[in-house]
Amino acid sequence: MREITYRQALNEALAEELERDPNVFLMGEEVAEYQGAYKVSQGLLQRFGPRRIIDTPISENGFAGLGVGAAMVGLRPIIEFMTFSFSLVAFDQVVNNAPNMFTMSGGQFNIPITFRGPNGPAHQLGATHSHATENFYASVPGLKVCTPATPRDAKGLLKTAVRDDNPVLVLEAELLYSSKGMVEPPDEELLIPLGKADVKREGSDVSIICYAQTVPLALKVAAQLEEEDISAEIVDLRSIKPLDEKAIFDSVTKTHRVVIVEQDHPFCGVGAEVCYRIQKNIFDALDAPIIRVSQEDVPMPYNERLEHAVLPNAEKLIAAVKQVCYA
Amino acid sequence: MQPGEQRDEVEMLSLMLLIRRFEERASQQYQAQKIGGFCHLYIGQEAVVAGAVAAVRDDDYIITAYRDHAHALARGTSADACMAELFGKETGCSRGLGGSMHFFDRKNHMYGGHAIVAAHVPLAVGMAFAIKYRGEDRVTLCFFGDGAINQGAFHEALNLAALYKLPIVFICENNLFAMGTSVKRSTSLKQIVDRAEGYDIPGEIVDGMNFREVRDEIAEIVDSIRKEPHPAFLEVRTYRYRGHSMSDPASYRTKKELEKYRLDDPITRLRAQLTREGKLTNEQFDRLDKQAKETVLAAVKFAEQSPQPPLEKLYDYTYADGAKP
Ligand SMILES: Cc1ncc(C[n+]2csc(CCOP(=O)(O)OP(=O)(O)O)c2C)c(N)n1
Ligand SMILES: [Mg+2]
Repeated sequence: MREITYRQALNEALAEELERDPNVFLMGEEVAEYQGAYKVSQGLLQRFGPRRIIDTPISENGFAGLGVGAAMVGLRPIIEFMTFSFSLVAFDQVVNNAPNMFTMSGGQFNIPITFRGPNGPAHQLGATHSHATENFYASVPGLKVCTPATPRDAKGLLKTAVRDDNPVLVLEAELLYSSKGMVEPPDEELLIPLGKADVKREGSDVSIICYAQTVPLALKVAAQLEEEDISAEIVDLRSIKPLDEKAIFDSVTKTHRVVIVEQDHPFCGVGAEVCYRIQKNIFDALDAPIIRVSQEDVPMPYNERLEHAVLPNAEKLIAAVKQVCYA
Repeated sequence: MQPGEQRDEVEMLSLMLLIRRFEERASQQYQAQKIGGFCHLYIGQEAVVAGAVAAVRDDDYIITAYRDHAHALARGTSADACMAELFGKETGCSRGLGGSMHFFDRKNHMYGGHAIVAAHVPLAVGMAFAIKYRGEDRVTLCFFGDGAINQGAFHEALNLAALYKLPIVFICENNLFAMGTSVKRSTSLKQIVDRAEGYDIPGEIVDGMNFREVRDEIAEIVDSIRKEPHPAFLEVRTYRYRGHSMSDPASYRTKKELEKYRLDDPITRLRAQLTREGKLTNEQFDRLDKQAKETVLAAVKFAEQSPQPPLEKLYDYTYADGAKP
């Protein structure tokens, strides 16, 4: 194992999959000559050439659709959205074409495509550029959605996504590109299955269920809670769809108390689904109502203080944990 | 400005100076971390918006993309309100909720400030539709970059405007780059203006470093639109001196190219024209420049001293009726 950044981990995953399968190509805005808006594709043009690392005009609907078409006839496209806020321009391709094709064609055309790029609020980018899209996309049958929070998960999940025979969205955490973590050496194949959560920290008093940018937040809060004698278990969902029910239920059966901390909006957010499944399946395991900490239900304000007030933060999470622990 | 009146050119020069000094100060304040998020500067392109506003009435509609500080200033939004918006303050032109990319000023008919590339082009068409619907003689000016012309929204909007014969000028500020992608690498045409032909919209190319050329061309187009509503397309050749946004070192272009355009600076050019014609002295110019700098410094002070938007108002601007569903 060695320590690399989340950005490097993604870069390695791309390079390894491009190397492995000649049908894989990477396409998106500024991915080639500019080396990626967030430098995730650094060096790939030099290594794989312009046939496989392809710059596009600002035409998300066009190149997302191009990807779906190419996938219909045997290629395995990786389509980068400069951010998932811009994937909304291509919503029709991602939501209507990619996931419906297999069903509509009676199983003739599966679409092995990966849509990837940064997702979730970053810092003061305002309402148009701060979308957390996971709950939109997870509500679409036929799509798979994962949200890695660590370099290791980023690499392993992206590689798995590229090999999956369905449309998979890899929602990268915009604020975590420079974060570091331990990852297996390049000569050791790292594949992390979709639909497998990961307990990032063991605990006994409360389960904090989180994903993407809320994972580091939850870990930080868990350390703080330790000092107050509250032992928090941190369950990183890693995949939103498929959802790892077993990992969630195992943790909740142990702790009996749950806080879900998510980076999307409260209304029909990811946490609502998780919450529903817990109460439906293991109602008796609960010692307290489940609490969700999410964004406020408003378009993202630019002002820094208001943005902070909208986002989940340590204060809100600690308060929620204390509430479910009756502490 | 009243119909038929010409805007004073010295006044327009001072507008261009105000824009330049504002952007320089914004850049400095960004580096001092007083401004957050993305911030795109207009330095080099001043003659485009100045020429445009000099050619239209104050009640004509203006809408643009995220490189929008200048468009607000040109519309008469105060430097105070613009700087305060960058600082995220309640006194900002969007109450501190929009930020650099989302400037709005209803009173001055500045309809944004739109950060999704080309997403505002259909909006502009809708505004032009409303003008015709109400039988008014206003015109909509829709500004966008060279990068916007490959978005579906752009194409659909042009077709609608031509189909319904709407009073709109599509103004493409061609500064040769969309982030790091040159027009050559993004667009299949030899020249952008040819896009208009495909929709049967008349198109022209003008030199965006020349205030007078921009103004006169737009004035002529707008004149003909007011007589009989129709869309028109203008490719304005210009250049941004700075990187795409504050975080872009712009290493995809050469110093030589930048220097070439700097020598053709729109402010220097209008100044020289006016001086040659005896309409401006060096002392006057220096005074105007000093004024612009002072206005901008005062704006920084205003922004600094302005209050933050109150936390209690977080939900006040989600639904127009204040609903919290
Ligand atoms: C739909 C969408 N895709 C991508 C972006 C990211 N982006 C912001 S500005 C820009 C370049 C636009 O260039 P251009 O239209 O030429 O305008 P300029 O910046 O030169 O003023 C890109 C790719 C975006 N804002 N919206
Ligand atoms: Mg441009």
